Amino acid sequence: MTLLKTVNLRKQFGETRACDGLDFVVNKGEFLSLVGSNGAGKTTLVNLISAHLQPDSGQILLEDRDITFTTVAERIKAGIARSFQIVNLFDGLSVFDNVALSVFSREGKTIKMVRLAEHDHDVRRETLEVLGQFGLASKAAALAGGLAQGERKLLDVAVAYALRPRLLFLDEPTSGVSTHEKAQIMDTVSSVVRGGMVTAVIIEHDMDVVFRYSDRIVMMHEGSFLADGTPDEIRANKEVASILLGAPLTA
Amino acid sequence: MTIDAHPLPNRSLFKLAAAAAPILLVLILVPSLIGTYQLQLAIYGLIAAIAALGFNLLLGYTGLLSFGHSAYFGVGAYSVAFVVAHLGPHSMEFYLLVGIPVVAITSALFGYICVRHTRIFFGILTLAISQVIYSLALKLYWVTGGSDGLRVPRPALFLGLLDFLGPQGFQLFIRSYYYYVLGIFVVCVVLMWVIVHSPFGKALQGIRDNEVRARFLGLRIRRFRWISFLVSGTFTGVAGILWVPLNGLTTPDVLYWTFSGEIVFTALLGGFRNFAGPIVGGIVFTYLKTYAVATTEYWQLLLGVVLVTLVLVLPTGIVGAISQAGQRLGRRNAVT
Repeated sequence: MTLLKTVNLRKQFGETRACDGLDFVVNKGEFLSLVGSNGAGKTTLVNLISAHLQPDSGQILLEDRDITFTTVAERIKAGIARSFQIVNLFDGLSVFDNVALSVFSREGKTIKMVRLAEHDHDVRRETLEVLGQFGLASKAAALAGGLAQGERKLLDVAVAYALRPRLLFLDEPTSGVSTHEKAQIMDTVSSVVRGGMVTAVIIEHDMDVVFRYSDRIVMMHEGSFLADGTPDEIRANKEVASILLGAPLTA
Repeated sequence: MTIDAHPLPNRSLFKLAAAAAPILLVLILVPSLIGTYQLQLAIYGLIAAIAALGFNLLLGYTGLLSFGHSAYFGVGAYSVAFVVAHLGPHSMEFYLLVGIPVVAITSALFGYICVRHTRIFFGILTLAISQVIYSLALKLYWVTGGSDGLRVPRPALFLGLLDFLGPQGFQLFIRSYYYYVLGIFVVCVVLMWVIVHSPFGKALQGIRDNEVRARFLGLRIRRFRWISFLVSGTFTGVAGILWVPLNGLTTPDVLYWTFSGEIVFTALLGGFRNFAGPIVGGIVFTYLKTYAVATTEYWQLLLGVVLVTLVLVLPTGIVGAISQAGQRLGRRNAVT
């Protein structure tokens, strides 16, 4: 079943067509990878769907509801959350508060001014539960700014996950960490996301990671889709292989 | 359970009470130890602390540097003066009753304009608005008394139960007013403590640290900044309301940009990254300035030297330096 669909989505930066009339489909419950070289338009597509950017033309439909012109806050309410390629945390807050803030925001409790945050036991329980799922419970009281890179990547995902989205975009959740940590992060992320029945779209460069964890792979090149299929189908696709190896398309 | 093994904030109000109790005890006993003049200074100190506490909600917790908080202090002071001139009862409660809504509305109005921008643009807007208010106070002399200002006589306290008309009136007023201001100071500190530890306060700190991410949690950034501005201005306004009966007079000086600068100085002196920083800063600054003015004609030079030294040697302010030293000591003890 289709969860999200874009229709002829376009975004241009000067002469560069970052999204050149994309018809993108995300099915409910799948773990989808967006791949492609730098500048292929992957992040732009995610930025458009998460309302970080406005499209030049086209439509974005979430279960047949047109959300093209809704705000970031409205899209989060509709169930679309995202993490960031360059870690985007609240460095002056504790690890606990980073996730708790998501929970408070989702529940519409951030307007409470004369109540101590720590007195909200429901939020506290849920926050600790999410931290536990991501293996960060022992760091709860530490400042987010003081975490190691791998933990920061996980916390970034945890902050987005705590919004309880239906559709979660993860922009390079393993960039900038060692190969060994990559597997750890991906194991954690995929088990939490699948366990929570959350549909996930990840942008990823490491093809080992992509083949191992995805249900479906969509490949982008210069603002268009080049291939779309299961890991096995993609692996067998010669055109894809040539792009991945950096060979010219016309060759 | 393993979950509770981590030192997460818990019962922080209780901890605040435990930490503040000895200080409060000293503050309660102070009047029996010092003379009227010193006590008067102490009241000015507490008032400066309230003003800085409000200011720091914006700087320390929301990440917005206001260069125009004199406006809210001054509007508080002038609203009391207008009450005295036009409405009658010389009662402190009445002053607060009228003054607080006036400063809240003023802060809401100016805040709405200022929070449309951040960083230096925000600072310049707050400065510009405060200078407009200053010019109005100076030029509309038939309303504001111009540079002569407006006189505010000693009010009665506690709905007229305490008044200070006799020959010992002044001494008695200072003694009673000290406790009055101390009471409001305690209310302000507790209220501000709760605000910065509330979900709202956490959201402000999130916005301060990372505006983009805060937006992607669904937070409406501008609205939070606006409410923060409103609360901040109102606290500083309350300080202005409390200040004017003590000073007996309000002049456009309290609206001038240099006074905004003093509020900024106060927060830097104590340390704006700490809750207690502006409180300590407010009290220390009051004594520092009084001492500097009494010592030399060039008192501003003296304060300037203090400011430069502060920035170079104690960038986290007095409280920041003390807490860092404490942490270092604690770590050394943990190691040995």
